[in-house]
Amino acid sequence: MLRVIRDLLKYDGRFRFAFVFLLAVLILAISSAISPYDPGRTFKVPADQPPSLQYPFGTNSRGQDMLWWMAFALRNSLFLGLMTAVVSRVIAIFVGLTAGYRGGFVDRALMSINDSFIVMPVLPVLILLSFLLRGRMSLVMLALILGLFGWPWDARLIRAQALSLKERAFTRTAVYSGTGSLKITLNEHLPFVLPVVFATTVANMLWSIGMEVTLSVLGLSNVELPTIGTAIFWANQHQALVAGIWWWLAAPVVVAIVLFLGLYLLFSSVNEYIDPRTRLRLMGG
Amino acid sequence: MALLNVENLRAYYRTEMYGISRTVRAVDGISLELQRNEIYGVAGESSCGKTTLIKVIAGAIKPPLKVEEGRVHYQFGEFDVDMLRISPDDLRSNVRWKEISYVMQGSMSVLNPVRRVITTFEDVVATHQGYTDKAAFLAQTREHVRKLGLPPDVLNLYPHQLSGGMRQRVAIALATVFHPSLIIADEPTTALDVVVQRGVLQMLKDIQAESGNTVLLVTHDLAVHANVADRVAVMYAGRLVEEAPTQLIFHAPRHPYTQHLIHSLPMIGDKSPRASLGGRPPSLANPPAGCRFHPRCPHVLDRCRAEAPEMLRLAGGQRVACHLITEGVR
Amino acid sequence: MSANGKLLDVQHVTAAFHIGGLLGGTRLVAVNDISFALESGRPEIFTLAGESGSGKTTLSRLLLHDLDPTAGKVIFEGRDLATIRKRREALDFMKKVQPVFQNPFETFSPLRRVEEYLYDAAMNFGMARNRRAATPIVDEALHLVGLSLEEVSKRYPHELSGGQIQRVSVARALIPHPRLILADEPVSMVDASLRMAIVNLFRKLRDEQQVSVLYITHDLATAYYISDRIAIMLRGFIVESGPVEAVLDRPLHPYTRLLKESIPEPAPQHRDSWATHIDLGTTEVKEYGRVGCKFAGRCPHIMEVCRKADPLDAEADGRIVKCYLYKA
Repeated sequence: MLRVIRDLLKYDGRFRFAFVFLLAVLILAISSAISPYDPGRTFKVPADQPPSLQYPFGTNSRGQDMLWWMAFALRNSLFLGLMTAVVSRVIAIFVGLTAGYRGGFVDRALMSINDSFIVMPVLPVLILLSFLLRGRMSLVMLALILGLFGWPWDARLIRAQALSLKERAFTRTAVYSGTGSLKITLNEHLPFVLPVVFATTVANMLWSIGMEVTLSVLGLSNVELPTIGTAIFWANQHQALVAGIWWWLAAPVVVAIVLFLGLYLLFSSVNEYIDPRTRLRLMGG
Repeated sequence: MALLNVENLRAYYRTEMYGISRTVRAVDGISLELQRNEIYGVAGESSCGKTTLIKVIAGAIKPPLKVEEGRVHYQFGEFDVDMLRISPDDLRSNVRWKEISYVMQGSMSVLNPVRRVITTFEDVVATHQGYTDKAAFLAQTREHVRKLGLPPDVLNLYPHQLSGGMRQRVAIALATVFHPSLIIADEPTTALDVVVQRGVLQMLKDIQAESGNTVLLVTHDLAVHANVADRVAVMYAGRLVEEAPTQLIFHAPRHPYTQHLIHSLPMIGDKSPRASLGGRPPSLANPPAGCRFHPRCPHVLDRCRAEAPEMLRLAGGQRVACHLITEGVR
Repeated sequence: MSANGKLLDVQHVTAAFHIGGLLGGTRLVAVNDISFALESGRPEIFTLAGESGSGKTTLSRLLLHDLDPTAGKVIFEGRDLATIRKRREALDFMKKVQPVFQNPFETFSPLRRVEEYLYDAAMNFGMARNRRAATPIVDEALHLVGLSLEEVSKRYPHELSGGQIQRVSVARALIPHPRLILADEPVSMVDASLRMAIVNLFRKLRDEQQVSVLYITHDLATAYYISDRIAIMLRGFIVESGPVEAVLDRPLHPYTRLLKESIPEPAPQHRDSWATHIDLGTTEVKEYGRVGCKFAGRCPHIMEVCRKADPLDAEADGRIVKCYLYKA
């Protein structure tokens, strides 16, 4: 693992940028643990201060230090993104590999469920749910719901790969070595599917964080919880741009850009590295 | 006057990825001559470099393949070509398909799968020569195909409607539409059934006999060479180890590798045990020092481990690269 | 153990497929009323020889229980394969019949170390409880094929030669101590200088390990070299079968004769007879659909009766021939 990171750092410029961006993001997120301020409390510091050495991100109209507020926001957004990604990947892998390998009735049943989720419009359903759970939708709940919507496209991708892997001779070898279906999908097929899984993980994270921003900006999530989206919500509530408090909007936007760029560059560089064809060429095949 | 003169050819693949650089010495010092009016066979196992040799001879030299050293010189009737210096345009308009054409294994890459066969013929002729009268072109193509023993309505079919053998014969018809001086056939019958193989190779022989051109036949199957080639060259790990007229190389092979290859071939009527050769063909990225065959050679001398043998000329047009000959041991 | 001492008893097996679309299309009979048997007490190497489209691939799938026959039975050690339903029974069958595939570089996943499959086999077939216990079994199987754990340990397929991988593939097949190995073109994709090692290995397995080998190939020369008996397949039928010396030294069926003549011999002095012109005939599907003997389109001895109905098996010169030239 460390060797992989070291190789990528040495030779891939994209990875170097990604590393820097994401490291910055992570440090900020982790530093929320040592924040001197509780993000729920207001007017702990002078309001509306522009960015300075004392307040690197400035302060907002509610008297909160934006740097520490963003630290919490990042932590929450990252948590949301990761949890959604994990939940939806697990479902996508399971559904995709099983449907592809087993075929027949199992495949048809799983794909009907899959396609039902694809045609369902996510945003309206989310808006509806958030109305129903007004104010009480926790981050975990949002992550679970987004996870339940985030798997179908990728499950189909994985299924397509599983279909072709099923025909390959080494699958037969595994069958004749007495290996059962579940083990075949995990041991034989999953490694081939991992690059797709990884690529879609980052895409999924970007999507879910974006969804959260959308919901929050509309005021439909738990607005007391600091996230990138709620930062923008509150800034709009207080008409920050009109009042000239541009740093209140700039902070979440800049942080979001750095995060998204970092994730994208990470995806792009690692994806090429773990592609089985690259790995084979590296190993000398 | 030789058609093709290859001198001291070295062509390597150089790749660099994540700090790991590899040099694959696919062709490492090969000299040979192709005469007019002959079928020249190149025999060798997988990863002996024969595909790379063909690529350089046909002018398909693209990175990461690079010619490090050597000369590849053609003397076609009216003009000469230095394959290593020719421009891509010149290659396309004057040489490819007109003087040098290609028949490969499978041939699906030559015949466009979503077009009828005749369309592929049109494309090839239009690109390399152009035609003004479509009706005349069609009639000529039909005649060409008929002369080769193929039913002319094969032109109206799609490739997938043809059997493997028929596709290969169509590919040969396509390769000979301009009557080139050199036809390069790369494992043309490897995936085909033995009866079909016979038909396809006979067709190739007939074409060669009639037009008097040169066929470079590359295949690992020595039995095919025995029945088709006039001269055979054996390649091992990027180098030529032996070259001789067919009768001579089968009756009196001099290089231990050739000897093993020929003697290990099973024949109907003979159930006596045949030995196998230990070891395996070397990696071209990391070949053994000295003679590349020395780790597997049953008669290895000390000299073989350090010094690569030179090609020696023997009687009867035979060439061998082996210290056992120079030392007078065999 | 089976009632009548037969290891493998193939009884009038037919496998038919429907090709073409939902409407129209044709019925392709890939395997047509095939019968042959291998004895229990006497391990042998039996070759199924045929070109592409002969039905040998379908037949091998039937024998591995990858596919059920449309008619007839495949009986292994007294058990009709079509009655195998439960996973336990399927595993028992797999312990006794193991395949070796054609393409060494596809047999194992390029992302897994090759020895893993041997460990899997040892543990899945109940020969060992864990990896530690499986190690001596894996090592022994590798020694049987002339390799060792040291040589192949931690190696991926691309780090080994085709010949080595095929040997590992045979070792994997040997782990559950099978009675029968089904080798489908095992050397056609292996380099010439490494081929004889594998071919000789099959002989050794028959002689020293008492394992029968069903050798499926189109290469009659290696078939002659190692087999005891041979069956020549054409378009789903066995047209000639018997001891390999009889069938290949003195072929009776016109197709067998054509095959034998078409094999290029590594002997340039005989090349003129190989060069006699032959007619390559019609496409595959047309030959399948033909009524009567499937070789009628290209047979030099064709008679009226050949086009009417499939010929019956006749016994002649110590083998069985399906041809009207010989009395049934």
